[in-house]
Amino acid sequence: MGKSLFQKVWDAHAVGTLADGRTQLLIGTHLIHEVTSPQAFGMLRDLGLGVKFPERTFATVDHIVPTIDQDAPQDPLAADMMTALRKNADDFGITYFDLASGKQGIVHVVGPEQGITQPGTTIACGDSHTATHGAFGAIAFGIGTTQVRDVLASQTLALGALKVRRIEVNGDLRPGVYAKDVILHIIRLLGAKGGIGYAYEYAGDVFGRMSMEERMTVCNMSIEGGARCGYVNPDAKTVAYLKGRPYVDMDDFDATAARWLSFASDADAEYDDVVTIDAADIEPSVTWGISPDHGISINETIPDPATAENPEQKAVIDEALAYMKLPAGTPVKGIEIDVAFIGSCTNGRLSDFREVARHIKGRRVAPGVKAIAVPGSQIVAAQCEQEGLPEIFRAAGFEWRGAGCSMCLAMNPDKLIGDQLCASSSNRNFKGRQGSPTGRTILMSPVMVAAAAIEGRVADAREVFGISAGSAVA
Amino acid sequence: MPLDPVKQVTGRAVFVPGADIDTDRIIPARFMKCVTFDGLGEFAFYDVRFDDKGNKTDHPLNDPRFEGANILLTGVNFGCGSSREHAPQSLRKFGFDAVIAESFAEIFFGNATTLAMPCVTASAADIAALRDAVAADPTVEITIDVEALEVRAPSGLAIPVQMPESARDALVSGRWDPIQELLDNDAAVQARAKELHYV
Ligand code: SF4
Repeated sequence: MGKSLFQKVWDAHAVGTLADGRTQLLIGTHLIHEVTSPQAFGMLRDLGLGVKFPERTFATVDHIVPTIDQDAPQDPLAADMMTALRKNADDFGITYFDLASGKQGIVHVVGPEQGITQPGTTIACGDSHTATHGAFGAIAFGIGTTQVRDVLASQTLALGALKVRRIEVNGDLRPGVYAKDVILHIIRLLGAKGGIGYAYEYAGDVFGRMSMEERMTVCNMSIEGGARCGYVNPDAKTVAYLKGRPYVDMDDFDATAARWLSFASDADAEYDDVVTIDAADIEPSVTWGISPDHGISINETIPDPATAENPEQKAVIDEALAYMKLPAGTPVKGIEIDVAFIGSCTNGRLSDFREVARHIKGRRVAPGVKAIAVPGSQIVAAQCEQEGLPEIFRAAGFEWRGAGCSMCLAMNPDKLIGDQLCASSSNRNFKGRQGSPTGRTILMSPVMVAAAAIEGRVADAREVFGISAGSAVA
Repeated sequence: MPLDPVKQVTGRAVFVPGADIDTDRIIPARFMKCVTFDGLGEFAFYDVRFDDKGNKTDHPLNDPRFEGANILLTGVNFGCGSSREHAPQSLRKFGFDAVIAESFAEIFFGNATTLAMPCVTASAADIAALRDAVAADPTVEITIDVEALEVRAPSGLAIPVQMPESARDALVSGRWDPIQELLDNDAAVQARAKELHYV
């Protein structure tokens, strides 16, 4: 019987079994940022411990960075966090992609960009979207701050094994359907809790055809489906993406590539569960509520509690609609928006901005809509500039900002105000997520955000931009 | 590093209704701008405990009858969303020693266990029974027996609860914080690292 990638990577990194029955797993790559690491360094200092593998620990600053005047946060608490990360990186000899490096950005954008993220590796980060790195065939997961301490001190974690669910999406995606729609669809089908206890293996035609950046969009939101990690098996695209990146060893690259590919799941691997989805069933999707599994296709109506299947479901819909202030049973298309946000570790990469630019060229954001575009890293920003994308965004009425997490969770000055409704390319629509306790979020693909920005209301990008067979990419 | 075993938690409970209570709700992101966890307690559930003018809402945690409760009773998928350990830390600092829910999100569960804060699951019906018991008499003290996986009330109410064996064992044997064991195995870790080309 063959093994899945998850099992192969797990076995290659298992150090032993701990007294409580869990596995001590070696974490080959540890990524840290300013929000969840300072307390961990504090614990290290309290215990008189050092960092075991400083050369396998990489830091960047993303959550609290202002996107206007990046290095001058007005907020003294944000400044403290930046200072603490600088000091911790210096004290313990950790590589830090700081604002002056030209490589700073959202940690899940930076890792792949630098080639630090590699197939067959284990990656941990005190951030739940670490699953993003699974796009490269790594086992990557988010950890808590005490576990950040554990990895710093021992380069290992105590973990229980996960089950593996293979999610196959086969067939062809319709024009105007993006990676974001695929993952929103999966989460809608399997639920926000459906993945608890599982690693998700994304397989089949659709993921095979996706670019690395699209795979990252999908893996990124594994946690929104409850799965701690999600991955795509490494293939020729993975190898091509990584070749020549700064942290990829180019001596005997062929052997490295062969080793990477050897981690892919065997054809006869056994899974704890298999789900099959027809790509043709996936439509451009948006959320209507306060959990990422509150998703519907753009042509559906907002759920009506009166038609709920059971009292629990009714309570969920009631709560969500009361918060979202949206009318039950009406089309989601046409809901007016106040803010449009394109960015985040889900959809803040070059291909996202390219694709949006292609469609917004020569158009204007609707009056009264605040639209911001935030590249996921300084490198993404530079790539976009090289291609002249910021001008296109600005001409269309978008603000073009510096790299960071920005309005994805609004730990910096980019925040919703009051109950503003935001069309957002990020990954979470939780209550208060975008910085205002009553702010509202509708998740969608970047092109759908652009369509909403231009129309001033939730719209079908296929209609707004005339996307049909022949005009579509991937 | 000898740790105190956590064999049982006794105290008064407060019921916070809701499914999928995520870590953003437990501790809104704007309160995470800190370099230590001290002082997080006062911000637990802040956005539901206070309205936008800063006035207290009728949230159960504001109800004087439940002041000082150290056991949190709640619904399905508690602690989902962001991995922030600020969430269990803020509950701990608020004064909670244990949580009983229908289910927990994994990262939250792990974080809480490492803080010696047992998280046990019970059926919806049993949680409703506990909710009714504490609503009828908020002074009633319940006991979560982590060893026997049972919650008991003086009335004779006894309900079975669940917790993964690894976590239960870690709590009752005082191994809820694995750091020492992880450090003890350094030789094996180094050996493993040598076999991996990239480490
Ligand atoms: S972009 Fe959003 S989800 Fe991603 S790391 Fe930043 S805050 Fe987290």
